[in-house]
Amino acid sequence: MATSTENVTGGEAGGAGSEGHSVIDPIHQFEITPLIPIKIGDLDLSLTNSGLWALIAVALVSLLMLAAPQKLVPTRLQSVAESLYDLVFGMTEEVLGPQGRAYFPFIFTLFAFILAANLLGLIPGAFTVTSHIIVTLALALMVFIGATVVGFIKHGTGYLKLFVPAGVPPALLPFVVPIEIISYFIRPFSLSIRLFANMMAGHMMLKVIAGFVIMLGVLAGWLPLLALVAIYALELLVAVLQAYVFALLTCLYLNDALHVDH
Amino acid sequence: MDIEAARMIGAGIAAIALGGAGVGIGHIFGNYLSGALRNPTAAAGQRGTLFLGFAFAEATGLIGFAVAMLILFG
Repeated sequence: MATSTENVTGGEAGGAGSEGHSVIDPIHQFEITPLIPIKIGDLDLSLTNSGLWALIAVALVSLLMLAAPQKLVPTRLQSVAESLYDLVFGMTEEVLGPQGRAYFPFIFTLFAFILAANLLGLIPGAFTVTSHIIVTLALALMVFIGATVVGFIKHGTGYLKLFVPAGVPPALLPFVVPIEIISYFIRPFSLSIRLFANMMAGHMMLKVIAGFVIMLGVLAGWLPLLALVAIYALELLVAVLQAYVFALLTCLYLNDALHVDH
Repeated sequence: MDIEAARMIGAGIAAIALGGAGVGIGHIFGNYLSGALRNPTAAAGQRGTLFLGFAFAEATGLIGFAVAMLILFG
């Protein structure tokens, strides 16, 4: 994502009104602004709007999981919490098998945080935490390094067999092994770029079409408004889907680390 | 060439990526539908896979869209 200095200059250029750019400024919503400045030496630990919405996402998920009543016949709030739990638990069991239970808390935490951040970002005026690549890359690197460490702990150097697929003719190995290694190290980037690009592109699209509504005015403005409502519905689907895909791919990468032999 | 015109052309070229995403999404849903009509009982179980494929196909096009937007407004 663009740094804050680029955003400031971009905002000024848009504000100057260089023919038509003043209405549509889809980048502005991703700007990070410090709310409570905290500086320790050269270290900038300010609470930004990004940090604030990440904290809200964590608080909301914790509240949902902790405050939901634990009755035999679930209340509405409880069934929300239970169906989320069921969804991720079912996925973990299906992909990782019974061995995967130890990793379920981690996968569920990831899923719940990304889902909450994506959905909170859809509130007009809210900040989307997952629309910045540094956030998604941090999450993806956590998964990647974690899975690699688990693989080496479980299998020792046998984990390197992952790069040598069984049943490949020896003559092809010099070509297959580098490809496998590259595709392994590209994982954190594809995982993070998928989530960040979806969130950023979706919010930009909403902002651009909202700009069309303003530009076309009262007479024709309702046409893009209809499109805006439809795209908002699509974005709700995408927000849930991307959280699910992130959790599913985490399961698949952990599956490689746990069952390297087959 | 004027730098502004070059930016507009570049953004237009970047938006071609969305065509590929359209082809991919149509392919996924079309194949799902033809499979579901042949064997309706198995269709419900594959809905998760359907949306997974949709998410993968859409993501590639959206990267192009994000590049176009960054060229225009970034």
